[in-house]
Parts: sequence; structure tokens; C-alpha cells
Amino acid sequence: MSGAGPSTSGSVHRGDPVLVDRYTVGARMNHWVTATSLVLLALSGLSLFHPSLFFLSSLFGGGSWTRVIHPWIGLVLFVGFLGLFLRFWKLNLWNRDDRKWLLSPRAILTGHEETLPEIGTYNAGQKLVFWQMSLLIIVLIVSGIAMWDEYFGSYFSITQKRVAVLVHAVAAIGAICVWIVHIYAAIWVRGTISAMTRGQVTGGWAWRHHRKWLRNLVTKH
Amino acid sequence: MTNAWTDIRNTDLVVIMGGNAAEAHPCGFKWVTEAKANRGAKLIVVDPRYTRSASVADFYAPIRPGTDIAFLLGVINYCIQNDKVQWDYVKAFTSAPYLVKAGFKYEDGLFDGYDESKRDYNRSNWDLQIGPDGAVMVDETLQDPRCVWNLLKAHVAQYTPDMVSRICGTPKDKFLKVCDMIAMTSAKDKVMTSMYALGWTQHSKGSQNIRAMAMLQLILGNIGVRGGGMNALRGHSNIQGLTDIGLMSNLIPGYLTLPNERETTFDTYMATRGFKPLRPGQMSYWQNYRKFFVSFQKAMWGSAATLENNWAYDYLPKLDVPAYDVLRAFELMHQGKMNGYICQGFNPLLSFPNRKKLTVALSKLKFLVTMDPLETETSRFWENHGEHNDVDPSKIQTEVIQLPSTCFAEDEGALVNSGRWLQWHWAGATPPAEAKADAWIMAQIHLRLKELYQKEGGAYADPIVNLHWPYKDKNDPKPEEIAKELNGYVVENVADPNDSSKMLLQKGKQVPGFAVLRDDGSTACGNWIYSGCFTEAGNAMARRDNSDPDDAGTYLKWAFAWPANRRILYNRASADLNGKPWDPSRKLIEWDGSKWSGYDVPDIAPAAKPDVVGPFIMNPEGTARLFTRGMMRDGPFPTHYEPFESPVTNVVAPKVRGNPAARVFRGDMEQFGDSKEFPYAATSYRLTEHFHFWTKHVQPNAVVQPEFFVEISEELAKEKGITSGGWVRVWSKRGSVKAKAVVTKRIKPLICDGKTVHVVGIPLHWGFTGVARKGFGPNSLTPYVGDANIETPEYKAFLVDIEPIAGPVA
Amino acid sequence: MYPPLPNPSVSPVAAKLSDKNLMRRSASTIPQGEPVQQVAKLIDTSKCIGCKACQTACLEWNNLKEEVGFNTGSLTNPHDLTTASWTLMRFTEWVNPETDNLEWLIRKDGCMHCADPGCLKACPAPGAIVQYTNGIVDFVKENCIGCGYCVKGCPFNIPRISKAEGKAYKCTLCSDRVAVGQGPACAKACPTQAIVFGPKEDMKKHAEARIKDLKSRGYKNAGLYDPPGVGGTHVMYVLHHADKPEIYAGLPNNPTISPLVEVWKGAVKYAGLAVMGAAAAIGVVHHLVNGPNRVSREEEEAAKRLAEGETK
Repeated sequence: MSGAGPSTSGSVHRGDPVLVDRYTVGARMNHWVTATSLVLLALSGLSLFHPSLFFLSSLFGGGSWTRVIHPWIGLVLFVGFLGLFLRFWKLNLWNRDDRKWLLSPRAILTGHEETLPEIGTYNAGQKLVFWQMSLLIIVLIVSGIAMWDEYFGSYFSITQKRVAVLVHAVAAIGAICVWIVHIYAAIWVRGTISAMTRGQVTGGWAWRHHRKWLRNLVTKH
Repeated sequence: MTNAWTDIRNTDLVVIMGGNAAEAHPCGFKWVTEAKANRGAKLIVVDPRYTRSASVADFYAPIRPGTDIAFLLGVINYCIQNDKVQWDYVKAFTSAPYLVKAGFKYEDGLFDGYDESKRDYNRSNWDLQIGPDGAVMVDETLQDPRCVWNLLKAHVAQYTPDMVSRICGTPKDKFLKVCDMIAMTSAKDKVMTSMYALGWTQHSKGSQNIRAMAMLQLILGNIGVRGGGMNALRGHSNIQGLTDIGLMSNLIPGYLTLPNERETTFDTYMATRGFKPLRPGQMSYWQNYRKFFVSFQKAMWGSAATLENNWAYDYLPKLDVPAYDVLRAFELMHQGKMNGYICQGFNPLLSFPNRKKLTVALSKLKFLVTMDPLETETSRFWENHGEHNDVDPSKIQTEVIQLPSTCFAEDEGALVNSGRWLQWHWAGATPPAEAKADAWIMAQIHLRLKELYQKEGGAYADPIVNLHWPYKDKNDPKPEEIAKELNGYVVENVADPNDSSKMLLQKGKQVPGFAVLRDDGSTACGNWIYSGCFTEAGNAMARRDNSDPDDAGTYLKWAFAWPANRRILYNRASADLNGKPWDPSRKLIEWDGSKWSGYDVPDIAPAAKPDVVGPFIMNPEGTARLFTRGMMRDGPFPTHYEPFESPVTNVVAPKVRGNPAARVFRGDMEQFGDSKEFPYAATSYRLTEHFHFWTKHVQPNAVVQPEFFVEISEELAKEKGITSGGWVRVWSKRGSVKAKAVVTKRIKPLICDGKTVHVVGIPLHWGFTGVARKGFGPNSLTPYVGDANIETPEYKAFLVDIEPIAGPVA
Repeated sequence: MYPPLPNPSVSPVAAKLSDKNLMRRSASTIPQGEPVQQVAKLIDTSKCIGCKACQTACLEWNNLKEEVGFNTGSLTNPHDLTTASWTLMRFTEWVNPETDNLEWLIRKDGCMHCADPGCLKACPAPGAIVQYTNGIVDFVKENCIGCGYCVKGCPFNIPRISKAEGKAYKCTLCSDRVAVGQGPACAKACPTQAIVFGPKEDMKKHAEARIKDLKSRGYKNAGLYDPPGVGGTHVMYVLHHADKPEIYAGLPNNPTISPLVEVWKGAVKYAGLAVMGAAAAIGVVHHLVNGPNRVSREEEEAAKRLAEGETK
């Protein structure tokens, strides 16, 4: 595995607590660019989605600017996410444990991970977030292009555009929901956020949530 | 127009033939839609193209360009054969019962007296038999073979439905349907109106096209009645005014005529005018000619026109030719005999035929003055505009002076509409930059010329130095002053012959109408037919009261209509020999036993008895002429002649090419093409989006019709491999144009005499100045020949060839 | 003749263009405006001569600068509605299969001013599209954000977006003229009264008389085009062949706001917010119930042991 993934050598630092490298600087920057654009897209998109949220457009300099900026941010998101995808797609491939893990929703939701199988880099929930986001972003970029009248208006019929706006809206809602899950999981599971801020998690966090990953790191070393 | 625009709403049947009212006269066309919506009137359109008029018509019939006379004589024949004649009208109000001279005859397309070398007729036999009492000889029973009716019947007999279809290419069933619809209006309570325009006039037999329909209207009893008439739709807002005011080279105002060079004295001039009545008890209005003429001379030269100098008769130019019409003018320029040209509100480079010849002619001038609100092509004829005006300025020495003039909306004055209404309008805008009113410009020219003549003298300066110039500001005659002059005023007090203490006419007052004009110099009147337009009661043209008793459509209190505020000419003919309306629901005027009165100003003396005085008082016979005597150069009856350039030979007169009496200048005959070389019949026309060559200077008009195109049928397009929207070249013997092609179902090939005839339609609105795309006009292609009587160029029927071409590189 | 509208008063008139005169306002809720008579423009295709006076009057009154285009083999010029051409004569050469006669169908295209306007429904910008109480649907330039949703919402393909300005344009039914008691410029310019303007009920009555006349001339399917699918329109047509509106250059037969747009601006709009809100709410509730998922001291120790065990 290349350096795209979490550090696999020398990445477990002794101390109290033990610190484990989870994301490289590059991965983190990539994430935050993507995350920022997703937030901006959500805000600008929502402002045009529902009248009660139109006030959000003032964050972007008003409705017209919101309309102009949104698709460009969408491009940034697409490129950013593409980067994340290339970094992480292999780690998100499905395996037998994932199915088993998913079959115990109660344990997952109540945080009784001791009853669950040991998890590698990503658990099934994270993988689902990853794949759902990948799919939705493809849908969003395609439907978004079809709606981007300024440059692509003449390539699509009005009916195609109508399908596009509907699909874009539904996909965006989906993406926002996935994002909510993603954010909530990061908050609920304490100790997670540092992975994307400092790039490290505590050994205990790794032990609790991704023990197989931790074991691998330790043994590989 | 014999009638008025507003009167069209009274009709039962509108026939649009020789015109395209919806496109060329959209505002007036509203009265057609009114007639249709309110009376259930029907609309027939006969045209080579399915026009925008046809799009709202009840029935459309196609016709080959230039065959209208055959069609109309066919309809007359149908009416006679099927007894669809308003007999009471025909017998009482037309020349049908009059006997024609024995020598008159028609054979093989020619009338008697033809001289081929002169292209002219000796017309002495074309006249009525006059009895010993000086009156026309009449056979009321219509039995005499020499009566006009029987001659007409024989003349039109060959125009059977089959023959019409063979000549015109109109399918026989469609022709018969039109005949049937028209013939129904021979009923006393049914009326048809004829709306025509340049589609009839712009032929080498234009006048006869119109005569043919006028004769049909007479046979149906549709002249002089509400909703009837012969309605010429004038193309410019004031072109009616142009003819009224005598701007034709052979006229002076009010359709008085300029003397010819043989009429060297006033007496010889008057001897052939002021006709005596040809029927007992008849009124012949031209007997007042002298009064109108003398009053005109007084208006022109004031105190310089005296009884002693025959009212300055010698001041008038004497014509050495029938007329200096536009074709002759350019012919003279072309010959180098005319070297200066003042071109006022006119764009001949796009208006007259054979543009190549025009450019050569203009290039030979010493000077050209243009007075126009727009930068016309004529004023820029010397400028190179690539293929659109391919000239070499270095080889043109003509000095061109452009005088910017005001547009109608920047000045007040009256415009005369097709219905003869003089409607005053007020300035709506300020003239831009250096633009000046035409009257101001003309005043400057006159005053400077006068000064030069006064200083330096010259050959016969009198007409110029003595011109009556009574305007308050000599440099700037005001429209109101000119209007008052046209109306006429009293020059000397005229005492009442019955009571010398009373004044009949008081010096300095406006005259109330032409009835008081006198031939003793006591009245002046610039244009007798306009008399009454600006009286002591004020400016009648500015009246805006739209009350209309009985919904007659006459609107007597709206503006002023010449003559004498009369809205329907010959309105006496709307009533029968007892003076009762043919159709009580269409009453115009009525005889109450002692006088005429009604909803219009009677076109007859108020006390003229209905059974004595005929309604057509401008003719000395008092009746309308089915036989024109010698009045027209090409025959007393219309007859079918092919255009000079025709896709087929004349089936009724195979030896005759074109109109045998039409004037053809030397060298122009050789420039006529034949159908072997140029197989397609072409016609030119206006589109509703533009007004001539003016509106291509206007952004919105240019937007809605941006680029020159020609229209062809799907069949011709297929044959030639032309695609709609693609480029084509169209050429005639005289020139070539490039255009976009509009391939349309609205033009269909016609079968004429067994041959398929394709029609190419060429609209006329593009040139090389303005904001629309540069283009050509049909006058690059059209032949240099005009109508035999009034020289209107033959624009509506000529021959071309067409081919697809690669477009210009963008 | 339908009585022409009187000439305007020369004294100043307060224009009825304020919020009090609104029935609907895009992306906002407003109090219902003062009720007034519903107006309508009636376009009688059987009286229309295709002169395009309406087109030029529209350009002039609205001060629109359209480009001089090209001829592409048709008399329809420009070739489509644009941001500067809010109305357009569309010409169709149609051969009537029943009579085999050519009919030249000429239709003045432009905004239909639907009673249930799809554009307004689709518009996300508050106040960019308004519907006056008289029925006129108007675009308010200063509020328009140029998103083009109105194009997707319109069942007639009318609005056009200016790329240069980023604003949507269409016929205003001369709301400015109507607001001071005049009629639209196109109706004023129409020479044959093919366009008349007045109270909608009067227009319907006027249309009835026209339809009767057309039926008497053999157009047995003559009728009024006032499509109920969009709640009726404030621009109506008298058609000779009302059974086949599509032959008039594609005038939609029974148009409605697209179900896609209805779902987008209906269910999805509300369900979307609900779903997103619910997702967030579930998170909060979950957190309140379960508390944070913390790493225990024992787990840190276990990790330490693991790490040290290996590194020893």
C-alpha cells in the first residue's frame, strides 16, 4: 500500500495514551477541502432549495452569486472527493466482517462494541458512508451539469433538465443526510475528530473501534 | 378609392386581387376583418402566392402573374352567360345601350387602327355614334349589334372557364367557385368591394387590369354603393396627395392637365376641355374646368395672372411628349440629355426597373440633389458597397448634394389617405440635427432662383419672379398657409347679382368650396378638389368627430374628404331611377321628390331629378363607361396581353408580344428575355414587415425581417436542388441577385396551356444602406417598360432563372 | 369591434404595482392583495395577419434591443423567443388533410400568464416572480437570480435567461401599462383586433362570438384555448382547430406543470427538509439517550499493552 493510506510503519507512538497515526497531512487537506466545499454546497444549495432557507444565500453575496458560485464549488467538491476516493476506495471494499458487524445494529447504536467483530480501518457504517457519498456525488455532478444553463444549457432538453433538478434535489438531500450521519458519528464517537485535525487517534480509540487495524499496525511494524 | 376605408366594413364580399391588403395595408385591412366579423362577409384572394391576405381568406385561387385581365373578363363572361347582371343598373347607369361607330373592331388581339411602327393606334373609330342632336345614340333594348353591351358580350365570349384556366393556370373548379361567389353580388342587396394595389398597376397593361374589374363592378351594380366600389389601396401614406396635387409631369393640381405644345393659346387649350353633355338634360361637371383652371392660375401668380394675359397661361410649360414620366426621365439621363436631378423623398435607384441602367444614368448627371430623411441608396449610388453596389467612385463625376429633410412625424400637415381623406396631423417629435422641412428647402431654392433671375435676368423669368409668395415668413411657408391656399380664397369682392347691396363673396375670405370658384379672376384656389378643407369655419382636416348616423361608415365629421367632403364617389348610383336606394339597409342618399339627402354628401346637384341626370357626372354621358371611347391608348375594352416577358405565348393573340401599345425605348426591347433562356415567371412584392426601402433603417423592422430572400415552391426547390434557408442566384436578362431561399407550400407550380409554370417571388425591401442586412432588390432584374397609359413599370411579371449557390464566406 | 381601450389620462395615475396588488410572490408568503377584475389578452388566430406589429410594439415599448438576424428559410424572425423578443409570430404551413387546402397558421407566441404559473412555482428567489391580483404574472428583475428554474417550471417554454445579465425575461403583459388602466402595447398596435385585451370574462364572451363566426365558415372545431391544466391562462387563443393546438407551431395540447416539477417543488421540498431535520434530530436524541461513545481507561491501557508488547 502506498502512502495514501494511514501510516503502516512507525505509526504507533508509545506514550500515555498511545497515539496512532491515522491520516497523513495530504489526506487531511484533501478531506477538509472536500468537507468545506460540501458544507458550502449544502448551504448554497439549501438556500435555493427552500424559500425558508433563502437567507443563506446572503452568505454568498446574494441569490445571483449563490447561483453562480454553487456549480463551481460543486466542481471543487467533485475533484476533492475524487482524491479521497482514490486514496480510500480499496480500504472501503466490503468483507465478511462488515456483514456480521451490520447484523448487530443494537450493539452498534448503544456502543457495545465488545460484542462486535474486530474492525479494520473502516467499519461497515463508514464504508456505507463512503460508497453512498461516492454514488451521490456522481449523481449530483451529472445532474448538476445538466442544470448548469450558463455553459450547458443548450445540450439538454427542458424535460431532461426537469429530471435533472429533481434528481439533484433528491440526491442532495441524500448527501446531506449521509453527511449528517458522518458528522454525528464523528461527534458521538469521541476521539474521532482528532484523526482529521491532528491526524492521530489514541491507542484506546483504535483499540475500541478499529482493533484489527491497530493490531495490523503493531504487527506490521 | 371610390369609397373609404371605413366603408369596407359594409361589404358582403371582399375581393383582393392585384394587391395584398393584409400585408401591404394592414391597418386598413382591419375593415375587412370588421366586415367578416360583423356581417359575415366573405373574403376571396386571387394571387400567384398564398399571401397573408389569403391566410385569413374564405377562398383562395392561384393565378399566373400578368393574367388578371383574362381572369376578370372570364368572370364578366360568366356573369353575362349566367344572367348574373344588375340589369336596372347596367341599363340606366352604364354605357351598355350606347351605339359604337361602325369602324370599331377587335381582331387577333388588336383593335382597329394599329400602327406597328409607332406602337400606337389611330383611335378615331373608338367612339360612340353621336346623333344629329349632339347626343349619344342609344338602343335601350340592347338589341342593336353595335351597342356597347353586345360588343362587350362578343369581346369576352372567348374567355370561357377553360380558356381562363389555360391562360391563368387557375384550376377550373377554383375559377368557377370565385365566379359563383362574385356573381351572387349582382343581387340588389349584395355588394362586393374590390381592393387592389400595385399588383394590378405594375403591368404593361395595368390600367386595363383595373378597368376590367371596374366593368365587372358596374355589371354587378356595385359602384357608388355602400360596401362596394373600386378601391385602390395607395402604397404611401400620402401618395394619394401626390397625384391630387398634380405631381405627375403632365398634371396640375386637381387632375387638371398641363397643355401640350400644340395648345399654344388658352382658347385651344380650353377647346378640348370642359366637355359638353352628351345626353339630354345631363350634367357634365368638367364644364367648370375654366373656373378651376383660372382660380389655380390666380393662386399661382396672383396679380400677375390677368384677363389680359389669359391668366398667365403662357407661364405654364407645354409638353412636347405625353409625359415626362420617371422611365422617360431616366432614359433621358441615360442618353445624356438630362443632366440635373432633384430627387425629393424618392429612391429611384431601388424603385425603377433595370438598376444597371439607372446607375449609368445617374453617373452621367452633372448634379444630383436628394432631399430625404434617410440616407437613400440613390444618394449613395456612387459609393462602392461590394457586390451590393459594385461601382467605381473614381469614374463617377456626378456632384451629389444631400439635404436632410424632416419625417412626417416631425411636421404638421395633412396626409391624404386612399379614401381621399385629408387628415391633419401634428408634429410628434423635433427634427434631428440639420433636418429641415421640405417647404423650407423649396422656399430657399425658389427665393435664391428668384433673386438670381431678378439680378441677372434670363429667358422668360416671369413665371419665377412673378410667383405669388404670400407667406408670412417668406423663408418658411407654414403648412396652414399652404393648406389655406389650396382651399382657395376670394381675391376680389363679388356682388350678389340679385341684390347688389349684398356681397356674394368677400375679398380676403376663404372660399367655402369649389362651387363658388369663378373664371373671372375673383377667386384663387390652389387645388379645386381640396376646396372646403380649410374654410372660414376653420381647418376641416383637423376635425375628429367620429359620429356616424345609421352606422353608414361615412363619418362626415371626421377630417375632410375630397371632393366636397364626399365619402363615396358616384353615390347617386346607390339609388335607382326613382331615387330610392337599391338596398334600403344600405341607404346613402335618397331623393325625397325635390332634393337629394342622406348620410353622404350627394354626388349630384341637390335638385337633379333622378330619372333625368345620370350619376356619373364627370363623364359628359352621365353614365359609366363599359367602353372607354378613345380615352385609353391600348383599347376601349381590356384584352388579355401577356407580359413582355412571359413563360407562354399569348393563346388568344399568338402574334402579339406584350401590350402592343406600350412604349418601349430603343435598346430596351433587346433586353427582354424569353422563356427558353429564362424559364421561370417572377413577380415582386412588398412584405408586411417593411415599408419599401425606408424601414430597413429601423432596428425593430430589420429584426423582424432581416435579410433579402426569394420564395419558391417545394417542387421547384426539389427540381433545382435548392434548400430552404440556402443561398440562390436569380438572374434575368438585365441583372443578377443573390438571395436566401424560402421554400414554401404557399407557391405552387401552375399548369398554363399544358406547360408547368414555376413562380419565383422576389420581395423588394433590401438595399445597401440601413441597419438590415445588405441585399438586392427586384429592380436589378425587372424590364424597362411600363403601362401603356401611365407608364407604371412592369414589376409584377417578368422572367428569371434560378440556381443554388454556395453562400458568401461569412 | 371590441371597444378599444380609452387613451390614458394625462394626469398622473398611481400605478397598481405594489405589494397590495399581489396574489402570489415567488418563494414567499404574502397577505392576499386587494381583489380586482381578472384581465386577459385574447389572440384570435383567425383574424391575425402575421404583420408582426405586436412584435415591434413590444420591442419599442419595452425598449428591447434585439439583434438583426438572418433568414433561415422562414418568415419567423427571430427564430425563437429571446431575452429581447418576448413575443414572436410563429408561422406554420399546414395542409388540412380533410380539405387538402393549405392553411397558413400564424400564432403569436409569448407568455400565457397561467393562473397556476409553473415559473412562479419553480422560482427559488423571493419576489422574483409575482402574480398580480389581476392575473398577470411578472418577473421582477431586481429579485431575479438567473437560476433558470422558471424555464423548467414553464409548460410553454417561454422564459429566456440572459447570460450577460443573469436575469430571466418574458412578456410582462405590459403590467406597467395595465397598472395605469391601459392595455398591452401589442394589443394597441394590432391593426385587425386579432389581439384584444380586457376583463377575462368579456374576452371569453368575445371569443364565443368569434367561434360562432368561424363555425359558420366551416371550422367545426373552432374553439377557445384556455387550458384548464394550468388553471386557465390570461392569454387565450381563438383557434380554428382547437382540437389540435399542436399544429400551431407546437402549442401544447392540455398543458400542465410537469409532474417532475410538481414533485420537485412539492413533495421533495417538504420531505427533503423533513428527512434532513429528522436525521439531525435522531442524532440528538440518540446522543441524549446513549450519551457519548467514549474510549475507556481500560481500552487505552489495552492499547498501550498491545503497543508496548510489540515494541518491547
